Amino acid sequence: MLSVSNLSVTFKQYEQGLRRRQLTVITELDLDVKAGEVVAVVGASGSGKSLLAHAILGILPENATVGGTMLFQGQPLTPSRCQRLRGKAIALIPQSVGYLDPLMRVGQQVQRVAQLNGLSKPAARTAVKRTFDRYDLPPQAERCYPFQVSGGMARRVLVSTAVVSHAELIIADEPTPGLHPEVVVETLNHLRELAQEGRGVILITHDIEAALLVADRVAVFYAGTTAEIASTQDFAAGNLRHPYTQALWRSLPQNDFMPVPGNQPNPEALPVGCLFSDRCPWMTEACLPERPRLRTVRGGLVRCIHADR
Amino acid sequence: MLIGKELWFRYAAQMPWVVQDQTISVAPGEVVGLMAPSGFGKTTLAKLLAGYLIPTKGQVSVDGQPLPRRRYCPVQLVFQNPELSVNPRWRIDQILREGYPPQMHQLDALGIHEGWLTRYPHELSGGELQRIAIARTLNSQTRYLIADEMTAMLDANTQALIWRAVLDYTRSHQIGVLVVSHDWPLVRRLCDRILDLATMHHSTLVSQ
Repeated sequence: MLSVSNLSVTFKQYEQGLRRRQLTVITELDLDVKAGEVVAVVGASGSGKSLLAHAILGILPENATVGGTMLFQGQPLTPSRCQRLRGKAIALIPQSVGYLDPLMRVGQQVQRVAQLNGLSKPAARTAVKRTFDRYDLPPQAERCYPFQVSGGMARRVLVSTAVVSHAELIIADEPTPGLHPEVVVETLNHLRELAQEGRGVILITHDIEAALLVADRVAVFYAGTTAEIASTQDFAAGNLRHPYTQALWRSLPQNDFMPVPGNQPNPEALPVGCLFSDRCPWMTEACLPERPRLRTVRGGLVRCIHADR
Repeated sequence: MLIGKELWFRYAAQMPWVVQDQTISVAPGEVVGLMAPSGFGKTTLAKLLAGYLIPTKGQVSVDGQPLPRRRYCPVQLVFQNPELSVNPRWRIDQILREGYPPQMHQLDALGIHEGWLTRYPHELSGGELQRIAIARTLNSQTRYLIADEMTAMLDANTQALIWRAVLDYTRSHQIGVLVVSHDWPLVRRLCDRILDLATMHHSTLVSQ
């Protein structure tokens, strides 16, 4: 359904006066999503997760340059095609209630999305009723303004906007932080249901546990590149390929709570070779001259030359 | 000993109570977990203990003394969102020097690079900025640290890095820590004792 390969995003910045510089924040990013599956994108802040979503939706700021290829249903995603598809075939479930219009009742906001997707007004009203019912939102919630609904309800309203759109690809951007555990599980189950209806779902999160609860595959981003794409079972089975993915898994409090020291490299000073080399326990001379390619090891994709050891 | 004794709080008369008759204590060097579903007043309790809010009834005391109204508060609170707790128009080194300047080796332990010091808050990522917010509280005047979902927005590796550095410091300086979190595995991993506001099982001891 969606195939992103070799994506790069570069920002042009004015440093001082007319002196410009190029800041490459995404390099060689790859991801593919099939219909009916949930792909989680995990990584630290600054690893390029949200920028990927913005690139797919075509809402990057004007000073950004995009390289590489993005195919949606076999056709390239050009800026004009992005604009036609977003909110219709490709929908975003944003992070927080802050993305709702504060001056519009939530029922109306969801109805508007349905109407923009070509439903007549009565059909849109029925769709809103049905969706609110499906997510246990009481009928009076339709008449509430965003500030009048609780965090969990706001989350369900945001999911509703994606559901009434009949989008084939849904991108959920950090839908879980700040919610208590039952609401987290409920939100993740909604994403799973959307996939079961045959849609593709991208779950963007920093929370690897949340990702493992619901995803079929997990793409681990590091410093703007895809470090590894593993199946969910690979985590518990100890079949992880990239040293960074292994470090993430080991550093969970229920596992060893053992982190690797250091930080992601600064986009202003990316190493020439492997981006993880300065923190990697497996680093050798061979890692330094060039970036490792994404390759298949034990049924998953990994960007590390030592992954098959 | 940090003691919040029979704390009650509401925003105004006739408003519902947000905190009702809570008593909580943290000993020097102790790490206590505080858990409850949302809406149980965890954050309000944290703000009462750190002096951000004044309890409607009850008192907060540190080593027998009430919290100071003016000077540096010995109870420091770190929030979930660091970008809201620093001045966006100050450079990082100025932010760090706002209270008592931290020592260079602590900055190292938290993984703070020297290059960050000349930047502005928006030029750091959330995880980087949270380290600054924590470094600001780790000085000789701080006796108790309250971490309100301090690492909830960070990836697992950064979370473990930060907590290891913080607990090294608080253990060696006999600072008491109150960990407010939803994350049960994390609280179990970090804490000597866990309080659950929902059931108020006082002093459930965890074996580590």
